[in-house]
Amino acid sequence: MSENLVSGKTSLKGPKTSAKKQKGENKAKESSKGKRTQLGKKDKIDLSMASIGHPEIFPLVFTTKTQEIFNCRVDEDVTEENCFKLIKKEDIIQDLKTRATISDFHPIKKVVLEYPGEELLVVFDAKFQYGQNFYFVASEEAKENLLKPPETAEEKEEEKEEENREETLEVHPYKPPVHKPWVSLGSEKEVEEESVKDTITKIKYMISRVRRKFGAPITFTDKNASHVKDSYVECTSYQDKTYSIKMLEKNVGIQMVPKLREASTQTKWTYPKNAATQYFPRQLSSEEKEESLSSEKLKEFLTSVHLRMEIALQQNEIMNAFFDDWKALAEDESSSGGKPDVYLKAYQSFTDLRHLKDRTISWVCWHPTIYGIIAVSAGERLSYEEQVNLSDKSLLQQSVILFWSFFDPIHPQLMLECPEDIYCFQFSPSDPNIIAGGCINGQVILWDISQHEEKLQNAKTVADGIEITAVNMPSLMQVQQSSTEPPLVRYCAVSSIQYSHEKPVTDIHWLPDYFEDNRMGATFENRAETCVQLVTCSPDGSVLFWDIPATKLPEQPSSEKVKEEETFYVPPDVPDTSKHPDVCWKPLIKVQSLNALEVPAKESPYTEMSIPSSKNLKVLENISTDFFVGTEDGEIVYSDWEMEIHSDSAKPVSQKHAQKYIIHTETINTLQRSPFFKDIILSVGGRNFAIWREGVTNGPILQSSCSAGRYTAGQWSLTRPGVFFIGRDDGNIDIWDILKKTHEPSHLQNISKSTITFISPWTASPNQHFLAVSDDLGVLHVWEICQPLSHPSSNEDANVLDYFEREVKYLKYCEQEFQEYQELQAKTELKWSWRHRGRKQV
Amino acid sequence: GIPIRTTLDNSTTVQYAGLLQQLTMKARSTVRDIDPQNDLTFLRIRSKKHEIMVAPDKEYLLIVIQNPCE
Repeated sequence: MSENLVSGKTSLKGPKTSAKKQKGENKAKESSKGKRTQLGKKDKIDLSMASIGHPEIFPLVFTTKTQEIFNCRVDEDVTEENCFKLIKKEDIIQDLKTRATISDFHPIKKVVLEYPGEELLVVFDAKFQYGQNFYFVASEEAKENLLKPPETAEEKEEEKEEENREETLEVHPYKPPVHKPWVSLGSEKEVEEESVKDTITKIKYMISRVRRKFGAPITFTDKNASHVKDSYVECTSYQDKTYSIKMLEKNVGIQMVPKLREASTQTKWTYPKNAATQYFPRQLSSEEKEESLSSEKLKEFLTSVHLRMEIALQQNEIMNAFFDDWKALAEDESSSGGKPDVYLKAYQSFTDLRHLKDRTISWVCWHPTIYGIIAVSAGERLSYEEQVNLSDKSLLQQSVILFWSFFDPIHPQLMLECPEDIYCFQFSPSDPNIIAGGCINGQVILWDISQHEEKLQNAKTVADGIEITAVNMPSLMQVQQSSTEPPLVRYCAVSSIQYSHEKPVTDIHWLPDYFEDNRMGATFENRAETCVQLVTCSPDGSVLFWDIPATKLPEQPSSEKVKEEETFYVPPDVPDTSKHPDVCWKPLIKVQSLNALEVPAKESPYTEMSIPSSKNLKVLENISTDFFVGTEDGEIVYSDWEMEIHSDSAKPVSQKHAQKYIIHTETINTLQRSPFFKDIILSVGGRNFAIWREGVTNGPILQSSCSAGRYTAGQWSLTRPGVFFIGRDDGNIDIWDILKKTHEPSHLQNISKSTITFISPWTASPNQHFLAVSDDLGVLHVWEICQPLSHPSSNEDANVLDYFEREVKYLKYCEQEFQEYQELQAKTELKWSWRHRGRKQV
Repeated sequence: GIPIRTTLDNSTTVQYAGLLQQLTMKARSTVRDIDPQNDLTFLRIRSKKHEIMVAPDKEYLLIVIQNPCE
C-alpha cells in the first residue's frame, strides 16, 4: 500500500516522475499485453499523451455542439466530481460520419474505430490536466481503472490500477505466442544485397583434342619477334605530361641536435722561469799539475803511447790522407785531353770609319761593371821620329775615346771629347763613371759619364730602339743626331799645362781607395773609400800624384738633358782646385827620377793596415809605397815615393833607394803586376820580356830570349796564374804558359795584319773570358778565350809559385857560384901577380 | 778530462779534452762490447780541416791535432 501511495504520489506530483513510472508500467504492459494497441497509438504521435506517459489518454476539445450531442455538457452532465462519461462507440462513429471533419472525434477516429469495447470513456478535465477540457481514454483498462474508484483519491485508483495492472501482470496466465505475420523491418533488402546472383548465364566451353596427339613429340622453333610485323606490341614508355608534376617546393624539416658532451682537462700550468747555469771546467791547480806531470805513471804512459803516435804522424807525413783522388782524376783528364787547335776564338771586332780612320788605338780599357762595354782611345799613327817632335804636329781630326758595346758593333755608344790625343786612360775603380786620361801633351783629363751610364747599361735595347724615338720637335734634332752620332761627352777637368808633364803622359793609374797621400808624401787613411788620387808618369822623368778636384760639369750643348751633377768627394786637406775647367789643377807630389820615364808601375801597396779610426786621419805606416817604373831606355827602376822629413832642415826630402835593372834594349811598353802574386812583375820591351820578383834584387826570375819580332804589348792572364799574352809587331799574339814551356810560347795566334798596340783581358762571367786586342789600323778585336786557356788546372797556383821559388833559388845559387868564381879568379890573379912580382924581383 | 799540459790556449784545450774524453770512452766501450778481449789502442778522426789523433790509456789521454799536408 505504501508502495502504491508512493507511486501514486509520484504520479500526481510531477508529470515527469510519474511519467517515468508510467513508462515503466507501460513497458511492462506492453510486454505482456497486446502490442497492437500500443503500436497503433504510437503511430499517432501528437495526440496521445504518450509524451507524458499516458499513451491511452487523448486530450480532446469538445465543442458545445458535441457536448450537446453526447450529453456531456459541462457543468450539466459532467461536473468536476462526476467527470466520467461513457459514450457509445456507435454514436461516435455516427457522429464522425455525419460531421466528418468537424467532428471532435475526427482526430481520434482511428483509435475509436479500433477500440475494442463498446463504450468509450470520456473524462471531463476541469483542471486541464491534460491540456484540454476533456480527454478520451483509449483503453478499456484505463477506463475501468478510472471508473471504478472514481471518487476516492485518484492516486489510490491509479495505484490500484497500477497494482491491478501489476497484479494482473503477475497473475496473468501464460499465453503461448501467437503467430503474427512477419513485419518487414527492412532487413530483407540487406539480405538481397548480400546474396550473390549470376547476372549473366555462364558460358560453357568444351575443348577437345585428338587423342593421338597427346604425348606426341613436340618440335619448337624460334621466331624472331621483330621480324614478323605486328607480332608484338611495344609499349614504349613516354613521358606523359599529365603525370609530370614539377615539384616546385618541398618542405623538409630538419632538426639538428648538437651532441652535447662535457669534458674537462686539467693542465699543469708551468710558469716560465728564467734559469741559467754557469759552469766552469774543473782544472787542476798548478801544483797538482806539476805533481801529476812528474808522476811515474805518466812517464809510463808516455812511453807506451809514444810509439803509436809516432807511427800515425809518420803516416800523415808520408801521404796526404785528405787528398781526393777522384776529384783530381777528373781535373787531370779535362786539362790534358787532346790539344785544342784554337785557343782564342774570334768574337767580335769593332771599327769606326769616321773617327778611327788612319788612326791607331793607343789604349783599351774595359768598363769595370757594365757587361760588354769597352772603351778605346785613338791616336795618330805616328812613327817614332814624329812621336819625338810632338809639338810640331797639328791635329786635324778631333781625337776621341770611343765606347763600344757588344750589342752594337757598328755604332759606338759614347764618345769622350779630348783636347788632345789620349795616350792612356783608366776607369776609376770606385766609380766607373769617372775616367781619367793622360794626353799626348802631358795634361791629365777627367770625364764624368754619369749621365750616360744608363744609356750604356741599356746598350742592348738602344741598338734596336734607336729608330723609334720621340716625335717632339725640339728633340728631333737631337734624336737625329743621336741616331747617327754617339753622344759626345766633354771633359770635366783638365790639368793646367804649366804643372803637367812636358811630355806625353804614358801611364796613368788610380791609387787604391784605402789611402791617400798629402803634399808631404805621407800616406793617410782615406775616409771616403773612393779613389781620389791618380799617379801619372811621363818621359820627362817625373811621376806626378794628382788629386781629383771638386768640379761641376759645365753645360753640355750636345746633351739631351742638363742634369745636376754631384760633386766629387774632396778630401779635407786638399784645396778646392777648380770650378772651371781652365782653373789650374796642380799635382800633389812630384817625384823626379834621373832618367826619362815611359811606363810606370801599377803600384798596389800591400798593407798590414791597422783598423782605421773614424775620427782622425791616421797616418798609415805600413803601406808600402814602392813602385816600379820602366824607362824609355829600357831600364826598370824600383823606387819609393814616400818622402821623409829631413830632421835638420824640416824639408821634405825624397828618399832614393832606386834600383835599376837593364834588361831590355828598347822602350819598355808594359810593366804589370801579376793578378795572382803581388810581388811578381812582368815587363815587356823591345825584343824580350822578363818576369821579376819584388825583393829579389839579383835580376829577373825569368828572362826570355831575343825573338825575331818586337814585343809590343803584354798582359797577364786574369784567370790562370802561369799564363800571359804577348803581342808582337807582326800581328801575332804569343800565349806563354810557364808551366808548360819556358823557352818558347805555348801557342801562337794571328790576330791582325798590323802591329798589336794593346792587349786587355777581361772576365765578363765565369764562362766568358775575353781578350781585347787593338791594332795599328784602328780596329779593336775582341776574342774569346777558350776554356783550356781560361780555367786553371788544379794546384796551378801552387805550381807556379813553386816554379818561381825554384827560379829564385837558382838565381841565388848562380850568384853564389859567380861570386865564388870571382873570388877564385881574384885569388888566382893575385897569385899570378905575386908570381910575377916574385919573378921580377928575382 | 782535465788537461795537464797543453800547447793550445786554455779554452780550446778544455773543450777538446772534455769532448774527446767522452768520445774515447764511447769508442772503447764499443770495441769491448763487440769483443771483450779487445781494447782501444788508437783513435784517429779525420775532418776537412784537421786530423785529430787520440791515444788512450787507463788514466791518461794524449791528443794531437794536426793539419793535413797539402
